[in-house]
Amino acid sequence: MPLTIRDLPREKYVLPGNAACPGCPEAMGLRYVGMALGRKAILVIPAGCTSIIQGLHPGSGLSFPIINVAFASSDAVAEGVAVAKELLGEDGVVVVWAGDGATADIGFATLSGAAERNGNIIHICVDNEAYMNTGIQRSSLTPRGAWTTTTWKGKTEPKKNMPLIMISHGVPYVATASVAYPLDFIEKLRKAASLKGFKYIHLHAPCPTGWRFDPSETVEIARLAIETGMWVLLEAERGVITISAPSRPYIDKRRRKSVVEYLKRQGRFREIPEELVKEVEKEVDEYWTMILKLSSQQIQ
Amino acid sequence: MVKLTLTGNYCVAHAVKLSRVKVVSAYPITPQTTIVEKISEMVDSGDADIKMIRVESEHSALSAVYGAATAGARAFTATSSHGLLYMHEMVWWAAQARVPLVMAVVTRTIGPPWNIWTDHHDIMGQRDTGWLIAMAETNQEVLDETIKLFKITEDPRVFLPGIIGLDAFILSHTVEPVEVPEQEAVDSFLPERRQPYTIRFGDPLVMGNIPSDLLVNARMRWEVHKALESSAHVIDEVDREWGKITGRYYGGLVECYRCDDADFLFIGVGAWVGDMRLAVDKLRDVGYRFGALKVRYIRPFPGARILELVKGRKGVVVLDRSISAGSAGPIFLDLAAYLQGKRVTVPIKDVVAGLAGFEVNYEDFVKIGEKFAGEVLEVGWVKDYLEFYPSR
Repeated sequence: MPLTIRDLPREKYVLPGNAACPGCPEAMGLRYVGMALGRKAILVIPAGCTSIIQGLHPGSGLSFPIINVAFASSDAVAEGVAVAKELLGEDGVVVVWAGDGATADIGFATLSGAAERNGNIIHICVDNEAYMNTGIQRSSLTPRGAWTTTTWKGKTEPKKNMPLIMISHGVPYVATASVAYPLDFIEKLRKAASLKGFKYIHLHAPCPTGWRFDPSETVEIARLAIETGMWVLLEAERGVITISAPSRPYIDKRRRKSVVEYLKRQGRFREIPEELVKEVEKEVDEYWTMILKLSSQQIQ
Repeated sequence: MVKLTLTGNYCVAHAVKLSRVKVVSAYPITPQTTIVEKISEMVDSGDADIKMIRVESEHSALSAVYGAATAGARAFTATSSHGLLYMHEMVWWAAQARVPLVMAVVTRTIGPPWNIWTDHHDIMGQRDTGWLIAMAETNQEVLDETIKLFKITEDPRVFLPGIIGLDAFILSHTVEPVEVPEQEAVDSFLPERRQPYTIRFGDPLVMGNIPSDLLVNARMRWEVHKALESSAHVIDEVDREWGKITGRYYGGLVECYRCDDADFLFIGVGAWVGDMRLAVDKLRDVGYRFGALKVRYIRPFPGARILELVKGRKGVVVLDRSISAGSAGPIFLDLAAYLQGKRVTVPIKDVVAGLAGFEVNYEDFVKIGEKFAGEVLEVGWVKDYLEFYPSR
């Protein structure tokens, strides 16, 4: 039976007084992690926006057990925690909550190592597509054409495909998620928590501060990413890809909204040239074709 | 007790097993590699009940044992040289988080050029981080001090991580007869693991979020210093206790050889103190009354103990196997500052030698000693306080 909002626990893990910006997708994501895993989770958090969001010592805006760690260390720390807890016979889930930098860039070797060893942890990449905490600098997960404070004329390289890279590690579970689809994310988290070994969930997290849109529109922008096919919700269990329900309608290219609708809502793409928009459209089509070839669904 | 012929690295492995370490994580680097190989062999043969995390880098090695230790398990790692530099960020993190754990550092010089022989630049580069740092002279001391470090680091008066340093090849790959204690003896010596806090499921403890009060943060830093100061007493206490069980008391932070009536002292750390002992004997044969002062712990720096031993001597020559480029050797710097602070005046010279593994043996120490004694007797002080050896 599918999960509904009424099934979710009421206990709060993101507390008033946290330091998130208005409309912050990471605060949304952390709420969903609380709803999905509750008291079962220990969070390992490398440098990033959540270092700020959790608020100031001696208080905390998050009511999880948390180890804040150095940027490139999180998956190894988490694996160490998981190994010790198993030896000590304590039951729970160790979660790395890391941004795109700590996942795909500075933390990549550590992530890849833990995945290859099949360490018993969940790595959540909360992807706001740039180094937001230090002031909107490009990352390898910033999309082509996006303005950042280190790519003033727009990033010239495409976004690195982290989910496929993680699937290629042969880990038990890889999924993508979006802050606009909390039930889908929560179900994936719960599934990940039920599996032993390395689990990777890539959460698309539109950032009003860095992407230049109104803080009231976070969910709309996140939803548009799905509806235009720019971001695809999927799961891969033991390498077999399945397109998740919210993205399934968009297997049919004709049902996808125009990529322009997604781009024009964000200030970071204000100066994207016409020909680059065409290029982005082409890349979306190519991405879908590749994903569908790897999945059990049929191209339409 | 059994007597085995063991390399320094195998002594580390035996000590780790005897200390009932639960989690080991390491990345191979010469000359540390045979430590992690031996532990792996012990684990795979069912000889040791240890969980190995075979990581992809030293940064992850220390991260993984830091995680395991924070979660409540006794944990160990080992590295050398570039590996130690690569994990340097986590060296700070583990100490400032006050998480007890133990690391073996097989001291090796730093490139370029590539070079695997011993000097102390790698271990000396960690001396500001908040770790206890011990250096061994013999393989027996490697084994003993590794076991002791688990007890010392897990003492509530300390609660800091600790390094056991051993010189590349001179100890790490050279066999010596070593007394290996029985498991029961170590069990009765080493209590259950204690640590200041433990991360647990369902307990919303937050480690390391941003402080609202910088004075709290500043005090945390100062408390690390104070904990290192109070560890001096714990080190001596634990050394005496181990001495009662094994008959081997090393003198706590320092050990002295023929110091009682000495006019001059060598001061050094690590394996080459053995050569200094020999040089002391030779120098006494030709009329120079030398002694050798072994600094067993670089951190906490045993200033008070050394002061008592150098006060009133005709001269002290510090042998540094590394240099803080642009200043002087680190042991000399620590000692000179301490003596100045306590208004003690002794002719003191820093001889920087053995860099990059360049061999220095007892004959070299005899030469250094003769030259130093001659100089002090001639001018009443030292000519240059800092010298490179060999001078030509």
